[in-house]
Amino acid sequence: MRLDAVSRRFGGLAALQDVSFVVEPGEVLGLIGPNGAGKTTLVNVITGVHRASAGRVMFEGRDITGFRPYQMARVGLARTFQVVQPFPELTALDNVAAAALFSHCSTSIAEARRAALKQLDFVGLSSAAEKPAAILTLAMRKRLELAKALAMQPRLLFLDEVNAGLNSAEVEQAMGLIRQIAQAGVTIVLIEHLMKVVMSICTRIVVLQSGALIANGPPAQIASDARVVEAYLGKRYAKAAAAVS
Amino acid sequence: MKSRAGAWLVFVAVLLLGVLPFAAEPYTLRLGTTACMYAVLAVSWNVIGGFAGYPSFATAGFFGLGAYAGGVTLTKGGGLLVAMALAGGLAFAGAMLLGAVLLRLRGHYFAIASLAVAEVLRELTNSATNLTGGGMGLNIPLATSTVGGVGAEASFFFLAMWGLLVVTLMVVMAAERSRLGFGLACIRQNEAAADMIGIHATLYKSIAFALSGIFVAMAGTLYAGWVHYIEPTDVYDVLFAVKPIVMVLLGGLGSTAGAVVGAFAFFGVSEALWRNYLQIHSGLLGLLIVMLLLFLPRGLISIGQRLRAAGFGRA
Repeated sequence: MRLDAVSRRFGGLAALQDVSFVVEPGEVLGLIGPNGAGKTTLVNVITGVHRASAGRVMFEGRDITGFRPYQMARVGLARTFQVVQPFPELTALDNVAAAALFSHCSTSIAEARRAALKQLDFVGLSSAAEKPAAILTLAMRKRLELAKALAMQPRLLFLDEVNAGLNSAEVEQAMGLIRQIAQAGVTIVLIEHLMKVVMSICTRIVVLQSGALIANGPPAQIASDARVVEAYLGKRYAKAAAAVS
Repeated sequence: MKSRAGAWLVFVAVLLLGVLPFAAEPYTLRLGTTACMYAVLAVSWNVIGGFAGYPSFATAGFFGLGAYAGGVTLTKGGGLLVAMALAGGLAFAGAMLLGAVLLRLRGHYFAIASLAVAEVLRELTNSATNLTGGGMGLNIPLATSTVGGVGAEASFFFLAMWGLLVVTLMVVMAAERSRLGFGLACIRQNEAAADMIGIHATLYKSIAFALSGIFVAMAGTLYAGWVHYIEPTDVYDVLFAVKPIVMVLLGGLGSTAGAVVGAFAFFGVSEALWRNYLQIHSGLLGLLIVMLLLFLPRGLISIGQRLRAAGFGRA
């Protein structure tokens, strides 16, 4: 996937300014930045929730700028939401079955349920399959969100803070799942605040600040980038850090 | 998933109603015809209001459109089936087009916009005097042969309305179990998430809106043929939009069986109250509805579940 100078304005606020980068097939790209940097807005623009004010989004050689979200689902893009978005009255199984059913035009409801069961098993939720999504715990709903995205059999998957609000044991579990998904050949864009997760999983990292791309490179390089340190910890700290090294 | 046994039970009960013409007098048949008509309206409204979660007040618009489209066809010499097909087709196509615009609104905004549908159609009907007779109303010739008299005609229109209810139920129950029903349930619960998993929400909602219109329009045609005289204030009456909603809420929102039960229960109770307490029947009916919604928010159809939850019927 390639982004060419993607911009998005909300009234006078430039939420994204000329963001360009490439996501290579098979990589796990970390998308990081301070609160309000525009990470979720970027995902919303790419997946068609918001229209880009300018710029182009290319996926597998196709211009998908301005596609509606339901069209994105059918070209092989899936995402999880930062705030989980289950269908509360449906069972966990039917939540995932819906994702399997509607992202592919030909699947029958029975086939979709079978595929859903596999995904629930993968994320470790098969015991909760018949429970309505509304009564699941947050950690379970996060995993449900992941199972839904996987049931769509995406080739590119956006994970928007799948670890937020989880305890450390749950984070470990989630990291294991993400690694397995990546090994299966799914390209992943990981939006994440936990540096431990980003540094250990991602093959490359891009950094957003105030809607602009300020760094792009392998994890080790990003961690020592002066502008990134400044964005997260302020100018004075960045100067002090530079002086020490 | 909704209880499937209940749906079949209600469907069989409706099928059994078909013997009524062999057992009842014209007045009972008349009541039965009206009850079946309201059941068609309630089951139809439940598709857009219950399955998709969009509170539509367009039912009166579809009903009036069907009454006039069908009524005009009948006066021009068209048969009843032709008139119904025309009315249903017109409502379906109109709802698909209108839905693409109206269904961008949600909640109260959608409700208000859908309320305007009947108003606009009423004005159009009023001003198209040449075709519709305007405010003078429209006389509609007898659709059935005049042999057989009052009793035969009562039986004919009862069977026609009952047949329409059976067809409506079959189509709606099939739709509920299909991709469409599944997709609408997703849209009702979380439209953003539904979009994101690949549901073409605008298309699905428009189909639901059109499905909620087609059989209502056909019922309107039958009504026109049955009463022989229609006028705009009668067939675009806002009560045709409100009553089906109350019936569905009474029976159980989102449940086809509930819509049927609600329609017959509402109609039966209002008839009984009207007969026995003429002066205060509206007040009593209102009180009864409020009590039911307070104590049975999921409708009459949930009585079974409530009893089971309370421990009855387990011993």
